[in-house]
Amino acid sequence: MSIVVTARDLARYYTVSRGAFSGHATLKALDGASFSIERGKTLAVVGESGCGKSTLARLITMIETPTAGSLNIAGQEIVGASPAALRALRSRVQIVFQNPYGSLNPRQKIGHALEEPLLVNTTMSAKERSEKARAMMASVGLRPEHYDRYPHMFSGGQRQRIAIARALMLDPELLVLDEPVSALDVSIQAQVLNLLADLQERLNLAYLFISHDLSVVRHIADDVMVMYLGRAVEQGTRAQIFDNPQHPYTKALLSATPQPDPERKRERIVLTGELPSPLKPPSGCTFHPRCPWAFEPCPRINPALLAHDGSLVACHAVNPPEPSMKAA
Amino acid sequence: MSLLEIENLTVEFKTGSGYFRAVDGVSMSVDKGEVLAIVGESGSGKSVSMLAVMGLLPWTAKVTADRMRFEGIDLLKLGANERRKIIGKDIAMIFQEPMSSLNPCFTVGFQLMEALKEHLDMGKAERKARAVELLRLVGIPSPEQRLSAFPHQLSGGMSQRVMIAMAISCNPKLLIADEPTTALDVTIQAQILDLLVKLQKETGMGLVLITHSMGVVAETAERVSVQYAGQKVEEQAVKNLFRDPHHPYTAALLSALPERAKGRKLPSIPGVVPGQFDRPKGCLFSPRCQLATELCRTTKPPRIDGALCHYPLHDGVPKNHPGKEKAA
Repeated sequence: MSIVVTARDLARYYTVSRGAFSGHATLKALDGASFSIERGKTLAVVGESGCGKSTLARLITMIETPTAGSLNIAGQEIVGASPAALRALRSRVQIVFQNPYGSLNPRQKIGHALEEPLLVNTTMSAKERSEKARAMMASVGLRPEHYDRYPHMFSGGQRQRIAIARALMLDPELLVLDEPVSALDVSIQAQVLNLLADLQERLNLAYLFISHDLSVVRHIADDVMVMYLGRAVEQGTRAQIFDNPQHPYTKALLSATPQPDPERKRERIVLTGELPSPLKPPSGCTFHPRCPWAFEPCPRINPALLAHDGSLVACHAVNPPEPSMKAA
Repeated sequence: MSLLEIENLTVEFKTGSGYFRAVDGVSMSVDKGEVLAIVGESGSGKSVSMLAVMGLLPWTAKVTADRMRFEGIDLLKLGANERRKIIGKDIAMIFQEPMSSLNPCFTVGFQLMEALKEHLDMGKAERKARAVELLRLVGIPSPEQRLSAFPHQLSGGMSQRVMIAMAISCNPKLLIADEPTTALDVTIQAQILDLLVKLQKETGMGLVLITHSMGVVAETAERVSVQYAGQKVEEQAVKNLFRDPHHPYTAALLSALPERAKGRKLPSIPGVVPGQFDRPKGCLFSPRCQLATELCRTTKPPRIDGALCHYPLHDGVPKNHPGKEKAA
């Protein structure tokens, strides 16, 4: 068992200017996330837009530094690490973005796009680089003749394969997948998901899988973290989250996901209202204005993430606030 | 008489390298109070066929059909002036991207009332009252104030509600919704779909729902038409389609869904949808079909039991198929 990444109370705040006459505001994009990922395992982060999923990806890939908390990658603390140490660490965590067309240089041949990380980070010769790029292309299911082609000559699914191949060129331990299949059609989505599963098995990779599609998460994840407005509201194994969801938001998300089975009729928890602005989050539990279970303490006290029934849940209705009552 | 009758609709686009057939011999009919879903991957021609009904295709498109009628009115022979009286009033459409479909320079109220002014004989005060009523109907809080809001002040879900309000403003008989929830979050998607189905039930209009999500189809549609590469490959009632798909493409599409997966590996469909230059001679799905025979590759398939296939499936077994040996 080797843990690739450990995060403790990771937070990232942004200062937002609101015009000349009102002062600055603090946007808490990510407000305390704790988790760890082992090699060969997948942690899925689920939530709607604005819940801090992508901020988390930017912190893990060291594009941005956390405002608070600690982040430990491959045994090294990155908060306060020297630039040289960070540089070495960066090659161990790679990212695949949602839009494969936007993340490939349209004027760069695929082969060169794949070799670029090696050129920057290693001392390999041109021949070695080309060999490695071709080997990687074969392992993600691209043909050798694709080496000299440009991104516009590929379909969406193939471009996503290229993006995955490029992320793997430096033999990373952790791959951050930011909505890797949400831009793809169902039949292509299945191909890419199979490729990801296959690569994980072969290379013993750890995945941080960011998605809003619960059916994909259910298929690929080992552990799941459900986020709402920058905070984790529920964390647990896949089985716990999907078969025995505790938090009302998790339940609502699961019931809102359309099921491809017309004969199954189920009660649907339809959330009223929209995601509040992260600049003015509601008091107490940030979910309480939309929550069907909201009661007296919810607008006052922000619930802590506590163990309940094997998963971690941040909800007063699940973990009552008074410690004298049956708190876990 | 059906509300909308289309027979053998073909749409070709003039490109630099000849004509590209985006819609190939599609027939369908929609009755009053019915929900028809058109499902298919990108490039299957589902949007183009409906844009042809609306008359919204650019001049490069060549539309031909044996019949294209709305309430007995021939849409092919209709002049621009007469068409304008029907489009937006009796046939309305909701587009995929709510953010870019609203004009950023005008208020929501102005854009809503513009349609009313054009089509209905209403005074100014009446129009305003109707606009408020419409916004309330689609579930927008404090509609009086929202009338003077600009599109950029609304969230994605709110903009889509405004689009729906605009589409139903003149009590259309037929509503075409082109991927109405694709750009939205899951919980908002559930709200919008519930709203559409509720409105459809209340007003008894015909609803054509274009989507790529099998989950959305299963939860909202009554009848489903599956399109592939511009052709309608299958049409069935929704329950039968999910229970016993007749076309191999439908069957493959359903089993590629992560929800239906049995193991870690998804049964994906190899290859991609054929483009302009690699269109197969016989059945368009034959290069990706596991059951394809020599006959499939050379001869255009007939329509058997509602499926465009030489060997339609019945309970998963291909009818009259010569056997696996000959398939390869």
